[in-house]
Amino acid sequence: MRLSLSPEDQAFRDEMRTFFTTRVPQSIRDAVAAHRELTKEQFVEAQQVLNAAGLAVPHWPVEWGGRDWTPLQRHIWREEMQLAGVPEPLAFNASMIGPVIATFGSQEQKERFLPATANLDIWWCQGFSEPDAGSDLASLRTTAVRDGDDWVVNGQKTWTTLGQHADWIFCLVRTDPTADKRQRGISLLLFPMDSPGVTLRPIELLDGGFEVNEVFFEDVRVPAENLVGEENHGWDYAKFLLGNERVGIARIGSTKRMLVEAKEHARGITANGAPLSEDPYLRARIAEIENELLALELTALRVVANSAGGRPHPASSVLKLRGSELQQAATELLVDVAGPLSVASFAGEDSDVPDWAQVAAPNYLNYRKVSIYGGSNEVQRTIIAGSILGL
Amino acid sequence: MDFSYDDEQNGLREAVSALLGRAYADSEQRRRVVAGDPGFDEKTWSRLAEMGVLGLPFAESDGGMGAGPVEVSIVAEEIGRVLAPEPFVEAVVLAGGLVADLGTDAQRAEVLGALAEGSLVPAFAHAETGTRWEPTAAAVTATEDGGSWRLTGVKEPVPNGARADVLVVSAVAGGVTRLFLVQGDAEGLTRTGHRNHDGTRSAKVEFAGTPAQPLGEGTGDRSGAVEKALARARVAYGHEALGAMETALTTTAEYLKARKQFGVPLSKFQALTFRAADMYVSLELARSTVMWATLVVDADGDVVAAADRARLQTSRASRHIGKEAIQLHGGIGVTAEYKVGHYTSRLTAIDHLLGDGDWALARLAGSVDAHETVDPLA
Repeated sequence: MRLSLSPEDQAFRDEMRTFFTTRVPQSIRDAVAAHRELTKEQFVEAQQVLNAAGLAVPHWPVEWGGRDWTPLQRHIWREEMQLAGVPEPLAFNASMIGPVIATFGSQEQKERFLPATANLDIWWCQGFSEPDAGSDLASLRTTAVRDGDDWVVNGQKTWTTLGQHADWIFCLVRTDPTADKRQRGISLLLFPMDSPGVTLRPIELLDGGFEVNEVFFEDVRVPAENLVGEENHGWDYAKFLLGNERVGIARIGSTKRMLVEAKEHARGITANGAPLSEDPYLRARIAEIENELLALELTALRVVANSAGGRPHPASSVLKLRGSELQQAATELLVDVAGPLSVASFAGEDSDVPDWAQVAAPNYLNYRKVSIYGGSNEVQRTIIAGSILGL
Repeated sequence: MDFSYDDEQNGLREAVSALLGRAYADSEQRRRVVAGDPGFDEKTWSRLAEMGVLGLPFAESDGGMGAGPVEVSIVAEEIGRVLAPEPFVEAVVLAGGLVADLGTDAQRAEVLGALAEGSLVPAFAHAETGTRWEPTAAAVTATEDGGSWRLTGVKEPVPNGARADVLVVSAVAGGVTRLFLVQGDAEGLTRTGHRNHDGTRSAKVEFAGTPAQPLGEGTGDRSGAVEKALARARVAYGHEALGAMETALTTTAEYLKARKQFGVPLSKFQALTFRAADMYVSLELARSTVMWATLVVDADGDVVAAADRARLQTSRASRHIGKEAIQLHGGIGVTAEYKVGHYTSRLTAIDHLLGDGDWALARLAGSVDAHETVDPLA
């Protein structure tokens, strides 16, 4: 057992910290720190800065831009990125479809898609969830029927995050409705969002933003070569992809940053005749979240130390479950620190209400999503109960 | 950062686990042992001594094994796993630790050598009614008369205070807290022992002009040393609690699979399995924090702060897991015949022996402004 990082890992951490705080444009990091919505151009610029330095897709196979890092190095890379307020490489590209194509795609698909995916020249969105297929993804109903050299896609997807920016979609479709199990007979197709027959409808969220969409498919023709892997094996690729989604979802660095913010803002607010930062109840609340976060970070380090074999550690469900709860606790803390200012959510630039207080309540509401996406916390409890406790 | 044990450490775990597993193969054996004084099994204590376990953290020159806090943590965890009532943390980590830290060469040789051999059980007489978890003494005073010291006052509750062969006692002298050694057969020493809710023993210890020997040299304040020793014991107790929590959880999971209600196993009810999953989450987060705190002790870092963090996490987890273990068992959980309730009882005792979660949280809350973020890799 050893407490500290090895000198090599310490040097690696310093290198990451220096890169993220000096090479990624300050304006983009400021926008992340202020919880402002990023433009597509800002996401693309940040990822291209990372990709040029070989830091966008370090977990990919080396021949496609991977770095062959240890799980601990990947962990450090991700945490330092979050602490520095650097937008992470787009998950749909870097964590989801990229690794699927690299693992299951044809050579043509790899050459065509992987460099562009790493560099965010193609912005991917995920066509998984449907109105009647959320956590129960296997009940999806969007169909693809073979017609000559094409697949013809009909149906509807929903919760398509940032679909408004997307160039391409990776889409689960039912290709064999007669399969004996619902998980069979599903395939994974890739196609452009501007294909004829694709319609996107934004869904407004509680925070006033439009980060998710409904997507409708009406006789969309997809060339047969855009099928990933084998026909009717899409479920396997989806499971592979969703396993990657849980990694890094704890977002410890990002929650730490929110706690720093909360402490800072509490110093400037008077409550009961004293700075709010001196309120014993608030201090205890912060200390408790800090301790939970420490426990989570140490658990993440245990998990990465034991996931060298490639398969996620079973305790990674703990990271998703508690990581999302702590992200939510931090946003709740911020909205409570903002107090009466928090109601002025859309006061705008002319208001004396500071930006951070204006975004506090919308963020708190928006963060309700984190215990829902990526396998809801109830799904994580099912995994823990079943695969760890044998229940 | 590395949380894995080496071969030697794994060997120690297996050896201790085998020994204690035989001694407490079922909960009836523990019930028999804790039914009679001194509340633990002297034979098992001797076997632990033969294995070298009771001298683990002490220098070889003091008769110990020269091992570190990681090895101590392994033993404490196995103690907790089977709820062995032997006072390992109390005698070795706490009382022995103070003697190792502060004792003169002669005192270390006398106390630690015999402790390691199993022939002497020391106890730390520190708690006083009217205060909680302070590193200072108030109710017992020490006075010097012609080069010899005498203690007056009451310590209570003192874990293993009646059985102990020698007491390490905190007392006020010249306005500061100092430490003394008192022999079990000293004149003017009255010890009234009783059984605790978890089966262990405590005593009311009264000093009436009782002769005492200062621990170590010098006349300075020892409250800092007491604080540090308590911190190390908190971390060791954290491991004892981890062992107990793990057994409480696995016992509960087995019960959910075996027990049928409404014609199906309880494990078919999602309301119950989700609660078991949450117990696992609590356990793993506590485990990470306690293991880290042990490494901080090993590196001689900020032991007090790390112990507070481990204590907070362990206290929350102990209460959560202990209470849920009983609830998910139903009525059988509160019977003396079945083991799971005893785990909750011990976890409750550990929680209150050296400082509970709210107490640790209040201390941590005092320092939230002193740092930006908590960085375990710093």
